[in-house]
Amino acid sequence: MQPIRRVLDAVKPLFVKGGKLQRLYPLYEAIDTFLYTPDEVTSGPSHVRDGMDLKRMMITVVVALLPCIYMAMWNTGLQANLAMQELHLSSAPGWRGSVIAALGSGYDPQSWWSNIVHGALYFLPVYVVCNVVGGLWELLFASVRGHEVNEGFLVTGVLFPLTLPPTIPLWQAALGISFGVVIGKEVFGGTGRNFLNPALTGRAFLYFAYAPSMVGDAIWTAVPAVDGFSGATPLGVLASANPQVGMQAVLNNLSWWDAFLGTMPGSMGETSTLACLLGAVLLIATGVGSWRIMLAVLIGAMGFSGFLYAVGSESNAMFRMPPYWHLVVGGFAFGTVFMATDPVSAAMTETGKWFYGILIGVMTILIRVINPAFPEGIMLAILFGNVFAPVIDHFVVQANIKRRLARNAT
Amino acid sequence: MEHYISLFVKSVFIENLALAFFLGMCTFLAVSKDVRTAMGLGLAVIIIQGITVPTNNLLFQYLLRPGALAWAGEQYAELDLSFLGLITYIGVIAAMVQILEMALDRYFPRLYHTLGIFLPLITVNCAILGGTLLMIQNEYNFPEAVTYGFGSGVGWAMAITVLAGVREKLKYSDVPAGLQGLGITFITVGLIAMAFMAFGGIQL
Repeated sequence: MQPIRRVLDAVKPLFVKGGKLQRLYPLYEAIDTFLYTPDEVTSGPSHVRDGMDLKRMMITVVVALLPCIYMAMWNTGLQANLAMQELHLSSAPGWRGSVIAALGSGYDPQSWWSNIVHGALYFLPVYVVCNVVGGLWELLFASVRGHEVNEGFLVTGVLFPLTLPPTIPLWQAALGISFGVVIGKEVFGGTGRNFLNPALTGRAFLYFAYAPSMVGDAIWTAVPAVDGFSGATPLGVLASANPQVGMQAVLNNLSWWDAFLGTMPGSMGETSTLACLLGAVLLIATGVGSWRIMLAVLIGAMGFSGFLYAVGSESNAMFRMPPYWHLVVGGFAFGTVFMATDPVSAAMTETGKWFYGILIGVMTILIRVINPAFPEGIMLAILFGNVFAPVIDHFVVQANIKRRLARNAT
Repeated sequence: MEHYISLFVKSVFIENLALAFFLGMCTFLAVSKDVRTAMGLGLAVIIIQGITVPTNNLLFQYLLRPGALAWAGEQYAELDLSFLGLITYIGVIAAMVQILEMALDRYFPRLYHTLGIFLPLITVNCAILGGTLLMIQNEYNFPEAVTYGFGSGVGWAMAITVLAGVREKLKYSDVPAGLQGLGITFITVGLIAMAFMAFGGIQL
């Protein structure tokens, strides 16, 4: 590593104040502190000594996302290979076909390697585009406004592509991440100052702006060069199913365990509940994600879906979905573990976190079951929770003040 | 009963006056700096809305609607006074606001002073007139009008409280100079409205 240090030290005078490239100092600073431990110390009056800082926190989230990233690649490839087998296609056209041919990995859905390669060819371009475009925005704001490039972007840059379908056009991915980073975060002053989760803001923007490619009732299996290969996600199947058939419509194609492991079509990173659970264990163990929020979302969703299941409905088949199925389909696990717990946009107070989580859980089921316009609800439910989080905090704080006044009144 | 509950839910969430129809924006943006004042104004709007919408409904049903004056005698059955609608509704709203203002001044002077000029401005708050006009357009009967007036007031109050909460949080943000104040508030309202689109499409 010594040579890199030497290069960095050599170019440093260009970037510090008075240097030729002083506007780009945030870029230098980001690379330097990404590779090496910074030598600066706290300049403010507070001296909290803790190994936990923003960098370590954000990197922990990225590590916790690794199982989901793995599943994003493997499952996307598996679904694409399965679909090709079904349609008797022997090779993919275009650049993906050339790469697969060059690597010799083939299109066998039984082969781990061929699934990974095929899936990576869908996931990596989206990932790279999101990070390059989002990173450029981040750098532009950091240079002009003179703040640092924060590790927060690394998290947004991983979360956002994982919520996208594999078939998304790359320009839409670029547009979505631009909206998320600029409107969702940078106009409020950057990491830690926004009130909505930036990745979800971008996702919701795409969802409303380009509904046909994002709606989420039809599946997004990436099948090269075939138009019209479409089916439906479990939520989509049930939403349009005959109420008399109900859950059977879903069970025909999918078992609970398949849904739990994530071998079903859907957005790239969100299909596997198991991968999200692994991430959740790490987040809770390190204290980065709030277990209160995750538990509260679970309680809210289970309680409300159990209630709707018990009530039943003659006309709406979604009522018939048992609560334990709600956990494994769609993006519920992914949103609960990684999006709802975002420490910036969630409620800050411990009591508030319970209300915030339950609100998200109930809203998710409400949108899924009662709102026919959207088959999946976790994304909008979390945004809704983000919007209400400051008010919840306000009331919790007011209640605390009142209680203490009463306690000390005598 | 179920009909009224679904009408109430619809007027609070799905057809939220502030976040779905963007009515009453001037006060919505101006008085949402802190939660306490916002809740006060919200309460005032709930009261005004809850009184004026049913009152205007009665006026419309028995005075202004084409043929409404049939109860006064045969010769008036043909009369159509609906051209007097707008001025009547505004008159009712202005009178109600005046009464509310005097009541607040007498019993809640603190809230009265925080609200200041915005209290009389409720008179010209488009959310209030909008509530009445939407009620007329949807042809609600009297119990429905009571439900709708109350519900739409609650929806507006909730929206302004939420916005005030977010804006209190945004005090610690570092907004670019060009966007400070109203600019960032507009963006905030847009983002909140996007989150409220969760309800769009629910059929009740």
